[in-house]
Amino acid sequence: MDTKLEPIVKIIQEKFSATFEEFRDEVHLFLKPEQIVEALTLLRDEHKFELLSALTAVDYYPQVSPRFHVVYQLTSLAQNLSLQIRVPVNGTSPKVPTATGLYGVANWRERELLDMFGIEFEGHPDPRRILMPEGTEGHPLRKDFPLGYEEPQFTFNFDEIGLQKPHPKE
Amino acid sequence: MGVEQKLGDMGVVTTTLENVVNWSRTNAMWPMLFGLACCAIEMMAAQASNYDMSRFGMELMRASPRQSDLMIVAGRVSKKMGPVLRRLYDQMPEPKWVIAMGDCASCGGVFNNYAIFQGVDEVVPVDVYVAGCPPRPEALIHGVLTLYEKVNKEKFKDLAEKYK
Amino acid sequence: MTQIEEVSIEQFKHLVSARALTGETMLLNMGPQHPSTHGVLRLLLELDGEIIVNCIPDIGYLHTGIEKNMEAKTYQKAEVMTDRLDYMNPMGNNLAYVMAVEKLVDLDVPVRAQGLRVILVELQRIASHLVWLGSVGLDLAAMSMFLYCFRERELILDIFELVSGQRMMTTYFRPGGVWRDVPVEFEKAVRDFLKIFPARIDEYEKLLTKNPLFLDRMLGLGILDSATALSYGVTGPTLRASGVNWDLRKARPYSGYEQYDFNVPVLTEGDTYARYLVHIQEFRESLKIIEQALNKLPFGPVHSENRKFVPPPRSEIGVSMESLIHHFKLWTEGFPAPKASVYSAVESPRGELGLLLEGDGGPKPLRVHLRTPSFDNLSVLSHIVNGHLVADLVAILASIDIVLGDIDR
Ligand code: SF4
Repeated sequence: MDTKLEPIVKIIQEKFSATFEEFRDEVHLFLKPEQIVEALTLLRDEHKFELLSALTAVDYYPQVSPRFHVVYQLTSLAQNLSLQIRVPVNGTSPKVPTATGLYGVANWRERELLDMFGIEFEGHPDPRRILMPEGTEGHPLRKDFPLGYEEPQFTFNFDEIGLQKPHPKE
Repeated sequence: MGVEQKLGDMGVVTTTLENVVNWSRTNAMWPMLFGLACCAIEMMAAQASNYDMSRFGMELMRASPRQSDLMIVAGRVSKKMGPVLRRLYDQMPEPKWVIAMGDCASCGGVFNNYAIFQGVDEVVPVDVYVAGCPPRPEALIHGVLTLYEKVNKEKFKDLAEKYK
Repeated sequence: MTQIEEVSIEQFKHLVSARALTGETMLLNMGPQHPSTHGVLRLLLELDGEIIVNCIPDIGYLHTGIEKNMEAKTYQKAEVMTDRLDYMNPMGNNLAYVMAVEKLVDLDVPVRAQGLRVILVELQRIASHLVWLGSVGLDLAAMSMFLYCFRERELILDIFELVSGQRMMTTYFRPGGVWRDVPVEFEKAVRDFLKIFPARIDEYEKLLTKNPLFLDRMLGLGILDSATALSYGVTGPTLRASGVNWDLRKARPYSGYEQYDFNVPVLTEGDTYARYLVHIQEFRESLKIIEQALNKLPFGPVHSENRKFVPPPRSEIGVSMESLIHHFKLWTEGFPAPKASVYSAVESPRGELGLLLEGDGGPKPLRVHLRTPSFDNLSVLSHIVNGHLVADLVAILASIDIVLGDIDR
């Protein structure tokens, strides 16, 4: 671990009784959903993590609790440090408080997570789908959502598949 | 040695109306600017200095469907874009043609998944498919010339039948 | 499936001002099929006369499901998806991806491969900026810019074709190195380009930089201050034009960038014109890097010798049973990666292109998240266009350099 990062991790660890993992020089801190806003505020204001590089989620289906990890990848320009925060949430009605008040970028990224994973962000100012059309059912990036593979058409099965394919009217 | 020299003193050419109409259609076909994804960049390259599609009467890319005869679907069509594409197609005046440029527009390409139409022929009828990911500008030009061949063979009778 | 849904204003009520509901201001739809939105982006504009009051971008018209599709493929096969992500920058996307894979499985890359990667990525950066410059010109009705820029872009594409056989979607970088060594003509082709291009940059500058018409349409528009930029996760030239010196090539050198001497252009104005200047200066810096990398390029292998991850060359397969097995294993099953996650980022022409790659112990990734720069750069748009004319929106949108494939993924 980077020597500059060590004290910061220690502070967070003590304050929120968090655990951390290390892999290839990357530090992943695990926090509870209700702590995340406070932790982000602390990191942004006191430790100059001014850039929220990525905000995403990982689905560990069929594991149910926790099913998702919401991942906050923070970058500090001033100190040239990176830190990852992970928030495990449950599979049934996953909810995390919003970070829109802290980072503007969280607005769209959280909408993306709502769209793709169905994770709700409490207090989000504009909870609409962002990528998929309105009225889509399901959340595509969840592991139980099918990829939606269509059989490709080759010479040997051309007619067979041609029958099933939708064809437009002229 | 142009047509003027050969026919200069006669002043009259006899041909069929069909031929003249088809000839004029192929020589000023205005494509609609319909760049969707990566293929659109190759379409731009085909328009630009090195390949210069205006040699084939296509220098004008129209942004409005009302002014265009040809829709070059350059790129992948997502489930959100499909309805928009169809509406634009419906807004184009007859006669109209469609070129599916690239693998994605032809058959879905590498993206066989929930978000992409497996070929734009599920949304609009397609006249010419151009293979490649992305097709080289030459391939697109070849596709356009293939379309011209098709247009040159069109018969009024068939068209009248179609639009009845 | 081919019906357009009717939307009512109710849905956007919280986003537009109260005056829009009474009909005092006008709601105008721009896109998704519009010549100057750089792809299929839809903007919902609330206008007071010609002044923009609110701008609500609507994205997703090019949503391709790349992340999900990559999760269904093995590590090697998933790479072809990355080319098609930000299609102005296929080489850079490949680099981001292979670097993440290399970090996940802890794979070494030979020096020659690193040098080649740097040269090609910088060429790609120039090509990408050229398309950007050309389309900015086009949007501001300087049509000739488009023609000139595409002329030079063809030179770069020819080099790509030389090394990989494809003009755009090269998939030339592979985990552990590059596909195969470059042909002998490569060096001459790059040197020729290095000779030609500086004069061409001067030509562009002559056409635009001091051109009063251009200045009128660029100066003082869409000012973005550094605090807002950082809060919205803006990176790349757009951030550097707002006075923040942050370039991953300098801050966290990868692929041997630390050996090369180059500057990071930073301007403080934060307007459209500053973004233009940063792009122009980056042309020259990229040229510097290419030249140094080419001079330093050592001879040697171009991929790692670790047969567990890198397929053996053809010649070996015929004589060694072990190689045959490796070849077979790698292409049918793929290689397993540890059950862990890495985040690795590179500086793409548009900003920080990051990849969160998580393995589950098998040959397919559990999660691939692409942190694409255009997505965040676009999200700031609604903050910088308010109060400007509709015609200026085109210039501002062009200047933040978005690629829709990068946004919608
Ligand atoms: S065919 Fe290939 S280049 Fe064309 S849009 Fe599809 S992925 Fe992109």
